[in-house]
Order: sequence, then C-alpha cells, then structure tokens
Amino acid sequence: MNILVTNNTLTVKLCEDIDHKNALDIRKQIDSEIGKRPIKTLIFDFSGVEFMDSAGIGMILGRYKLLNAIGGMVYINNPTKAVLKIIEISGINKIIPIMYNNESCTCEVK
Amino acid sequence: MKNNYIYTQFKACAENEKLARQIIAHFVSDLNPTLDELCDIKTAVSEAVTNAVIHGYKNKAGIIFMSAEICKNEIIVEISDKGYGISDVEAARQPLFTTQPEMERSGMGFTVMETFMDDLQVYSKPDCGTKIIMRKKIANND
Repeated sequence: MNILVTNNTLTVKLCEDIDHKNALDIRKQIDSEIGKRPIKTLIFDFSGVEFMDSAGIGMILGRYKLLNAIGGMVYINNPTKAVLKIIEISGINKIIPIMYNNESCTCEVK
Repeated sequence: MKNNYIYTQFKACAENEKLARQIIAHFVSDLNPTLDELCDIKTAVSEAVTNAVIHGYKNKAGIIFMSAEICKNEIIVEISDKGYGISDVEAARQPLFTTQPEMERSGMGFTVMETFMDDLQVYSKPDCGTKIIMRKKIANND
C-alpha cells in the first residue's frame, strides 16, 4: 500500500488482496496517519486490488465513521469489477461516493 | 476430469485465509470457471475460513478442515471447525449480524457466501463447532 498526503487529503493506494489479515494492517496505518495530521478527506484507490472480502467492507466503513465524526469525507476511487461487486452487495456505495479517474495505481514492487 | 476431491486441514490463523482460497481456486480451475465465478468462489471461501478463525476459534489455536469436491459441473466446498459453535444460526445468517462490532466486522460474511454461491448450508452446535457446505455450478465448463 502507498500513502500520499496532500493538504488535508489522505490518498491510500491499495495493491494487494484485502482480507481479514490485511484489513487490520491497512486500518492501523490509516488511523496512525489520521492521528498525526488534520485529515478531512480520505480517498481509497482500489485500482490495484483484485480481491476483497467483507473484511474490506468493515475496514472502509470503520474509516467512514471515523472521518464522519470529525466532519470529513471518504471516497472510493477506481474499484475493479471484483471490488465493486462486494461494495454494491454491502450497500456502502449508498453512503460513500465511488469515483473513477485515469490515474492508475503506481505501486512499488517490494 | 469430471469428478475429483481434496481433503485439507490447516491451522486456524489469518495467514491461512489466502492459502485456503488459493487451494480452492486451483482445484476448481479444471472446470474452466470465468474470472467472475472464480472470484465469487474465492470470496465465499475467504469468508468461511475467516469466520472459523475469528468466531469458531475466537483467534485461539485450532484446526480448520476444508474439503472440496467436483461433481460434474458443480463445486462443493465444505469448511468446518471444532470451535465454539453458533447458538442461533438463523440470527447469525442475517445481514449485518455481528458479535464483534468493535473489531469492525461488517456482519456480511454469510450474506456474501449466500450471494456468491448457489447454495449455503450451515450446521452448528455450541461447543462442538460449525460446518458450512457451499455449492456452485460452473456455467461453461466444456
């Protein structure tokens, strides 16, 4: 995952399977950034995610509640077909806007 | 090959969720599933194994049993644990039901399994464990 902070916006580019194990790690890293800076907008970029289960939904919803409590917003950017399917089944697309832009996910190869 | 089966058992831990869905993905590849079908099956398996780790064994030590069978154009996956069990299966199967809201569980596990597979059966007994059986027909497997 790749974290980018510009002004009050935190952009998180995810490039791995999101399951119970990884959702906990992603949650910790994002919450640590939000704790350090006055973040008002959180953008999840899912362009590099080919697999996500309901743990990812819990993780997104948790960050939504966190940002909502401090008057911020969460956006879902570039979901792949697989990610979009579980997002729509969960219904979180009714409260979290989904966007598409041309910027592709540039993940560092570890 | 039109009929095949595997039996596996592995440690109940978060690291093995990925392993479990990869095993099933390889196993079902004989049926030539579409990418969408493959993703559906992997997601359902991931939900079931995660449930066994978090709820079945409550993150404590345990063994998860996973078997799968290909029968003509259908895959049948059985995932079971010998953990705490579920006292009210009907309630647990409701969307958004979760016993661990503080852990940010979405309560969508059974809903996802039901939606992504053709059929889901859940058998559970408190202090004995839980067994789930999921089936999905692969449409174009010629």
